[in-house]
Amino acid sequence: MSDRSHGPLHGIWAVANRELVKWYKVPFIIGMSLVQPILWLALFGKAMNLGNLFTASSLQIPGLNIPSQVINEIGRDVMLRIFGTSDYFSFLAAGMLSFIVLFMSMNSGMTMVWDRRLGILNKLLTTPVPRSNLVIGKALASVIKSLVQATVVLLVAVLLGMQFGAGINPMDFLGTYAALFLLSMGLSSLFLILALRATSWESQMMIMNLVNMPLLFTSNSFYPLQMMPWWLRDVAMVNPITYSNEAARGLLLATPGVNIYLDFAYLLAFAAFFTGLLAVMARRMLSR
Amino acid sequence: MPEPGLGEGAIVARGLTKVYNGKLTAVDHIDLDVMEGEVFALLGPNGAGKSTTIGMLTTLIKPTEGRAVVGGYDVSSQPEMVRRTIGVVPQEYTADEDLTGWENLTFIASLYGIPGAEARRRAQELLEMVELSRFARTKVEAYSGGMRRRLEIAMGLINSPRILFLDEPTLGLDVQTRTAIWSYIGKLKEEYGMTILFTTHYMEEADLYATRIAIMDRGKIVKIGTPRELKESIGGDVVTLAVDNQAAAVELLRSLGVDPREYEGSLVFKLRDASTALPELIRALMESGIQVKRMEVSEPTMDEVYMEYTGRRLRDAQASSEEMFAMRATLRRARS
Repeated sequence: MSDRSHGPLHGIWAVANRELVKWYKVPFIIGMSLVQPILWLALFGKAMNLGNLFTASSLQIPGLNIPSQVINEIGRDVMLRIFGTSDYFSFLAAGMLSFIVLFMSMNSGMTMVWDRRLGILNKLLTTPVPRSNLVIGKALASVIKSLVQATVVLLVAVLLGMQFGAGINPMDFLGTYAALFLLSMGLSSLFLILALRATSWESQMMIMNLVNMPLLFTSNSFYPLQMMPWWLRDVAMVNPITYSNEAARGLLLATPGVNIYLDFAYLLAFAAFFTGLLAVMARRMLSR
Repeated sequence: MPEPGLGEGAIVARGLTKVYNGKLTAVDHIDLDVMEGEVFALLGPNGAGKSTTIGMLTTLIKPTEGRAVVGGYDVSSQPEMVRRTIGVVPQEYTADEDLTGWENLTFIASLYGIPGAEARRRAQELLEMVELSRFARTKVEAYSGGMRRRLEIAMGLINSPRILFLDEPTLGLDVQTRTAIWSYIGKLKEEYGMTILFTTHYMEEADLYATRIAIMDRGKIVKIGTPRELKESIGGDVVTLAVDNQAAAVELLRSLGVDPREYEGSLVFKLRDASTALPELIRALMESGIQVKRMEVSEPTMDEVYMEYTGRRLRDAQASSEEMFAMRATLRRARS
């Protein structure tokens, strides 16, 4: 009975599995959380097609007789230099992967608040699962949800006309998922830390609403670093979402000038720091 | 390795104390020795410190001072070993409403590291025992209060604990359901022979089901004993008299060596050998011109025991709900 073996990872998967079972039982919520990124993609991404600005059909200056080939070439060159790809839609689609990961990861804290409010946490705390594994299991569930949702967003993007870089191979996808995994692990842990002592879901919701837009708009999700004023660029260089976007675009779109090692080093440090902090804080803060 | 030291019992506490935020003393230096196989009750009103005591013994609340050893393991230094040894049925409902009874049980089993096949067998067995097999595949949100309580008990037993903690197992249930819950607990006790510690503020539950009772009041244990010992310790039967001239009656009774106290317009006092002594007393009262309007003799109940040791009736302690709410609010703030 009590001599059952309990490894250092004991309980992580059990906790994560419960969250996942609850999640896939309600397809409605899964669908709802996809609406935002898909709207961004389908409406914003298609309407803001910056690539169309510099084409012969859209650019005709009276009195000047510029050959259409010249305009097209200038357009392509400008797009490539700024976005790293000639297609803004593909640029945005790669950014949307981090967008959905951010949205899903933020919910990790909510599961904590609900478990506390509904008394379930009190039960979990009387089981032999170490406090750190309880919260890491929750983070893991949130990561898995994020990656599943990111896959759906990616499929929708492809259907809407996302173009991958030349010579793309399975390793590029694997690398993208690795980057998203690290981003999600760090973000999920961060929002769980904020929820460790929280009892009201209202304040948790407020935190989520407060930070999601700033986190997105201080990253390169919608526009590249080159277009930012210097002060915004400095902020974006700290934002982990910038690094997962860089990695995703470098791997999927083959955008030039991406330092993939730097991206992964930064994301790895981000994930390790907040996961570690979460484990330590849970040990200290989940007992009264 | 079990920690040697405090004593032999299944649950041993020495000087166990919890002070919230450095000012609110919820549990004040209590000593406990619960032997293997006992059914032990902590009896007291809300706010007496029962739940905080259980919280410390089940490793949910860190003691401010003192030590406790549960199943041979120290609650402060070996909390994970304690958690493996015990089962806990908390006061509040803890099942996940979005999951079925079956899913809840197998989930908790996985948290104890019980392998799948064994967990399923055990879940089935427990659901049968608490008569919920029919509702195994029903979401818990559709359960009634009594069903939820039974599921909680099943969840507390999933790891075949040696020691089971029940915090107010019948709180908020109607009389029939309460009786039913206790019959399940009785069955469990017979089948698994575990040690049980429960809290309650229902006198008759402690009286009927506990082998020993600790009366708690304001964070302290004021008396420990078997129900019989406690009742005998009062010393005699309890007499209630309604008279027309209370002041005179009190004076006369005092001169005869009994110590009446007023309660709800009557005089209440203890009397040894009431069947022969009471007629004498009545005669003495009548001779002094005091009319006895009503009288009642009863064996001491737990209620009287409680009154003897705390100076209050449990009902009265319960009644000051305002005080209780204030206390709860303070506790909640202190804990958050």
